[in-house]
Amino acid sequence: MTDHLTTFWHWYVASISIVSILACALLLWTQTTNRLPKDTKAELHGHVWDEDLAEYNNPLPNWWRWLFYITIIFSVVYLIIYPGLGGFAGIAGWTSTGEYKEEVKQADREFGPIFAKYVAIDIATLSKDPEAVAAGQRLFLNYCSQCHGSDAGGGKGFPNLRDKDWLYGGDPDTIVATLVNGRNGVMPALGEAIGGDQGIKEMVQYVRSLSGLKHDATLAAAAAPKFAVCAACHGADSKGNRQLGAPNLTDDVWLYGSGAEEIAYTIKNGRGMNTLVEGQNAMPAQSEKLGAAKIHLLTAYVYSLGGGEPPVAVSAAESNPVQASTSANNAPAAAAPAKLTGQ
Amino acid sequence: MTPKIIPLVVSTAPPTQANRPHRPNSPPDDQVEALYEVQAKVYPRAVTGWFANWRWFFVFATQLVYYGTPWLMWNDRQAVLFDLTARKFYIFGIVFWPQDFIYLTVLLLISAFSLFLFTAVAGRLWCGYTCPQTVYTEMFLWIERKIEGDRAKRMKLDKSPLSADKVSRKALKHAAWIALSLWTGFTLVAYFVPVRELFSQALTFAVAPWETFWIFFYGAATYGNAGWLREQVCKYMCPYARFQGAMFDRDTIEITYDYTRGEPRGSRSKSADYKAKGLGDCVDCNICVQVCPTGIDIRQGQQYECIGCGACIDGCNQVMDKMNYPRGLIRYSTANALEKQAEWSEIIRRVFRPRVLIYTALLWVIIIATAITLWNRAPIKANVIRDRNILAREGAGEQIENVYRLQIMNTQEKPQRFTVSARGIDGIQVYDLRQPLEIGSAASHMFTISLRVNSDAAPKGISRIEFDITAVDKDGRVAPSEFSLNEKSSFYKP
Repeated sequence: MTDHLTTFWHWYVASISIVSILACALLLWTQTTNRLPKDTKAELHGHVWDEDLAEYNNPLPNWWRWLFYITIIFSVVYLIIYPGLGGFAGIAGWTSTGEYKEEVKQADREFGPIFAKYVAIDIATLSKDPEAVAAGQRLFLNYCSQCHGSDAGGGKGFPNLRDKDWLYGGDPDTIVATLVNGRNGVMPALGEAIGGDQGIKEMVQYVRSLSGLKHDATLAAAAAPKFAVCAACHGADSKGNRQLGAPNLTDDVWLYGSGAEEIAYTIKNGRGMNTLVEGQNAMPAQSEKLGAAKIHLLTAYVYSLGGGEPPVAVSAAESNPVQASTSANNAPAAAAPAKLTGQ
Repeated sequence: MTPKIIPLVVSTAPPTQANRPHRPNSPPDDQVEALYEVQAKVYPRAVTGWFANWRWFFVFATQLVYYGTPWLMWNDRQAVLFDLTARKFYIFGIVFWPQDFIYLTVLLLISAFSLFLFTAVAGRLWCGYTCPQTVYTEMFLWIERKIEGDRAKRMKLDKSPLSADKVSRKALKHAAWIALSLWTGFTLVAYFVPVRELFSQALTFAVAPWETFWIFFYGAATYGNAGWLREQVCKYMCPYARFQGAMFDRDTIEITYDYTRGEPRGSRSKSADYKAKGLGDCVDCNICVQVCPTGIDIRQGQQYECIGCGACIDGCNQVMDKMNYPRGLIRYSTANALEKQAEWSEIIRRVFRPRVLIYTALLWVIIIATAITLWNRAPIKANVIRDRNILAREGAGEQIENVYRLQIMNTQEKPQRFTVSARGIDGIQVYDLRQPLEIGSAASHMFTISLRVNSDAAPKGISRIEFDITAVDKDGRVAPSEFSLNEKSSFYKP
């Protein structure tokens, strides 16, 4: 209310409030002057219903009058202390944002020590602690399961976090970096480059053959030489490139499905080219929303699912500046992702 | 002698001193406001007799249960405990969870119907013998009698000016009342917090804030209701008195004054031939009025203030004995029986009338239905929520997978193992779940579980499936108690 008031509305609201309160007080004052001396009976009003039902002009009961006065006094005091008269903020300076901030501070006081205890332990050790993993699971169910599934098994367009296949790396630091900065993998549309629709048909069979799935051998063979276009990102051995987030094409793990239609779509239209339209290939940055402590616990949980890779030396993680710049939102903590863990 | 009918007081003119029913201990008319009658203190006279004995029996029985139950133990825990913070309600061997609140509703239904039933049969049995208001008032009155003396002495003490004797007696009485009230409040809280713990906390003044509040609140309520308000609760606050009119009929057994026998009343010498003088059996001693805890005159007929305690019966019978008249001038009878001067066999016959039989039938139906459901109650509860954001996904080998959250609650007080399976689609399998699942005693756990189906086995869209959760013993075989549960859910194939 106080944020959007122009001067006119401020005075409109305030004046109506004040005038109403004064009017009530005045009404009460003027209409309660009729006092009966002790032991006199009041006069009759004069209306008669049903032949003999009449009404005495009794004064208002004292207790009623005093309650009304108390409410008037209360409203005046209230409007001085709290906001209500238009844009006046009240001498106590109460705001709902302020209340919220207080609650956040209280929560930090209560939960801060618990988180601090966990943040001090490294991810690999923490992932063996059942209580920490349980806490991580609860956080996961709250924040991550909407995309990655309640069992962290992923879905179409959302990676499976339980397996050993990682797009960017499965060591603790990389997982933290993924959470902090987010990811936006981009595969360009390469349909034209490999020969249009026929080329796509052939390439689909070739890609399926790489994973050992049922495929048409003739078409696959025709596409094999054109794979050089793909090898730039996916690697000559098709095992993917973690710097770019290009998937390993030789395992039977499919982000969008192993069906021919899906692979054809991927080649023809690319993925992540327009995340606003597709809504996929985009992992949001969580550092501002969750904070370092929750990310630490979540990483421990994901690590405990069994597919995590051993921690790498700090220097190797820092030598990948590309990771830091591919984030869709530049979160303030993007500068040194490795430093967020306790190592 | 023609029977004199006591008329109901129906008058449009305001009551004057002349035509007002005789109300003992009430101030004269010109000091009274029309709507609210200032109630003078009621000093019930002590009484002994058959019904008094029954009332004291119930005082002991109810209070033994009330004060004693929290101290009972069951398997290392308190037998009756309503653990609000953990949301578990223990009643001996059964543990009720919030999901079992329906049983509380059923308990209230049973209470209501039994109330209607025995009120229709025999009037306000609850009020006179077992209601906490009556019971605690009697206990407090007993203390008052012991400290301040009998009726005459108490009235004299109240009228007397302040003295050392008066102050010390009053102080002692109120101290005793407050002690009893606090013990009562403490016992109430002991139903919610383990009593031994609470007791040791109380001894060191270390009781937690909310428990302290309730001990004092309930103690204050006991002190106020039983020490000060007493019959005012029955007369003004309790709804039972007011809907008595709807629950009684002319065949309800209630406390009655046999006006045919008793009127006209009047004092006479013991040896006199009172019938010749034209008098009835009532000697107008007013003992029935003096012993009444609500301060009414039962000779005016059934009234809503009468709580059916039977003190007037005992009082009058003693006088009848002294006068060598037959007992029963005030006795349990029905309005019809009194009019017709009928025998007890007729009264009993009229007990089995349609109203009573219908209440009985309904009551039995509810009790039996409840007993059956309690007997068959499976000590597990389960809930399934299907993942909605990941509608379906591809599993290895081109299978379709759906993910679920399965919450299983083990309501028994020992750990339990479960196996989970699914049916509804050919070849549907539970995937990636370490079975059997183990859940601790009186605990609940959430498992994520996925179901897999070959893509050609399931029709497109939603298929209805069921989860079967079965209790198994240590070796994985179905447990002897053989309880299982199925939860319906659905499977989606895009």
